[in-house]
Amino acid sequence: MRKKVLEINDVTMQFGGLIAVNNLTMFADYQEIVALIGPNGAGKTTAFNMITGVYKPTSGHIVLNKENITGMRPDRIALRGMARTFQNIRLFKALTVMENVVIAQHLRLKSSWLGATARLPRYRAENRIMYERAEELLDYMGLLDVRNEIASSLPYGMQRKLEISRALATQPVMLLLDEPAAGMNPAESLDLTRLIQGIREHFNLTILLIEHHMDVVMDISDRIYVLDYGNLIAVGTPDEIQANDDVIHAYLGVDENEA
Amino acid sequence: MQTKTIRPSKPAKRSWVSLILTLILLSIVCFVLFKLQGVQNQLVLRIARLCAINITLALAMNLINGFTGIFSLGQAGFMAIGAYTTALLTIPASKKAMMFMLTPLVKPLDTLTLPFGLTLIIGGLIAAGAAFLIGVPCLRLRGDYLAIATLGFSEIIRVLIMNAQSLTNGAQGLKSIPSNATIWWTYGIAFIVIVFMALFTSSSYGRALKAIREDEIAAESMGVSLFAHKMMAFMLSAFFAAVGGGLLAAYNGTIGQDMFRVIQTYNVLMIVVMGGMGSITGSVIAAFIVTIGQEWLRVLDGPINLGPIHTSGIAGMRMVVFSALLLIIIVFFRNGLFGTNEATWSAIGGRLSALAGHKKRGTAE
Repeated sequence: MRKKVLEINDVTMQFGGLIAVNNLTMFADYQEIVALIGPNGAGKTTAFNMITGVYKPTSGHIVLNKENITGMRPDRIALRGMARTFQNIRLFKALTVMENVVIAQHLRLKSSWLGATARLPRYRAENRIMYERAEELLDYMGLLDVRNEIASSLPYGMQRKLEISRALATQPVMLLLDEPAAGMNPAESLDLTRLIQGIREHFNLTILLIEHHMDVVMDISDRIYVLDYGNLIAVGTPDEIQANDDVIHAYLGVDENEA
Repeated sequence: MQTKTIRPSKPAKRSWVSLILTLILLSIVCFVLFKLQGVQNQLVLRIARLCAINITLALAMNLINGFTGIFSLGQAGFMAIGAYTTALLTIPASKKAMMFMLTPLVKPLDTLTLPFGLTLIIGGLIAAGAAFLIGVPCLRLRGDYLAIATLGFSEIIRVLIMNAQSLTNGAQGLKSIPSNATIWWTYGIAFIVIVFMALFTSSSYGRALKAIREDEIAAESMGVSLFAHKMMAFMLSAFFAAVGGGLLAAYNGTIGQDMFRVIQTYNVLMIVVMGGMGSITGSVIAAFIVTIGQEWLRVLDGPINLGPIHTSGIAGMRMVVFSALLLIIIVFFRNGLFGTNEATWSAIGGRLSALAGHKKRGTAE
């Protein structure tokens, strides 16, 4: 039996009178790629924000690697192996590509601020490893040539890649991608698909992604969860989801003559 | 790994060049300071020392406002803590007895005097403690709210000083503070703070602070604990602000609660903004420009004869002109003189070679 990396049990998020996510239950197995799809406003990003600790769920539990992380602060959750990217890219814009990736390793630093400022041997060793790892990572992601560029000066596609690199630098077990293919043309989306599959193997990752490009979702996902108005309306393999009437209705609306 | 073979041996060589250049620069600075010490003109000496104190104060504020991106206006409060600590612990007992006429000074302090350097550190630690206490509720606030809360703190400190008669001598202030703030003390401490800031801001912790400045939400998602890191920056900033305040007390000889009004915070903020929020080099250079500029523009306070316009001296005219200059800087150089850049040797080298390259291209055409 495969190990469950992420388990979400009966999670609800309520903003005043609005129920953004209603009794969501889902899981992701080790090295699985799971997609969360649904029309705009279905509650996908809210689900992400609960999993990463930005919002504290109104009720329910979220478990990462058998540890209850419900309502934990985002930095604590990151320390436990959860990394994410953002729907609207959130890089450290004025810093270099290299710095972006190095900062993401700060959470694993053991030296104190005094040791770091005094450049004690232990800090120097840690710092050197951080830079070496960042170089390796940027090399793998094809960003090594632009390592000294300012993050905001990169073209859009590279910024997306840098955001994924930065997330990987935290050494996660679970990676959350919020619309990684947004704004990409079909060729770029295909590249991204290969990249995501590649990093799953290379870094032994479990991946949960939100995506609107259906070709990417159907190509890449092992299983798909479909949300509509905060409710889970379907779960299954890409083939099952494509044949599901509820999903088609949620996306295209119900034909009145038929109903 | 392939990446290791790519790396050229240049950085090692370059760091040697940088080290030698730094040593040369340091010896020049030491030589100038040595010469300054012998200068007879008291005004020049005073301004020179004030420049160094302003470097310390500006860097303290830059750490929190520039590097961490938190808009704090509590500087004057922390400076007051440092100034009063140094004053109370260095004024000789006999002078204290004379000064505290309304109510005598509280027990251990009335006879206690400590070495100057130690009082600076104690003042810094007390300010850092105060920063911790107000940081717990305030650092959860964002943007303008934090600015207002810290501004309020600064005023509270001032009001406390005015009313704690048996500790601070209230509105009468403190006099006869030994003038320990020599060229060597002021520049020595400025040097230590510069070195500390350079090492700290380029360490992993400094990078984390910059990440918070760039994007709090992303930084937190990458595992940077916002509260812990903001608190660290806030306490360090308070520590150095208090050290600067202690130097200022010894420099002035007298202090009073009036010295630590909000305007004091703005004076330092002006240096930080002019130099560039997040640039150590910028703060150092702007500290010199602002300190010397304010003195030099004093001419404007005197009588002016500009063709048909005659004035018989307007007090505060220089501040009007100075404000106008600051406005120009903010309008045309929004990021200050340096932005977030530093004048490192390699950066200067890059500029020079770019200039040389430009010239070569120019002659080729």
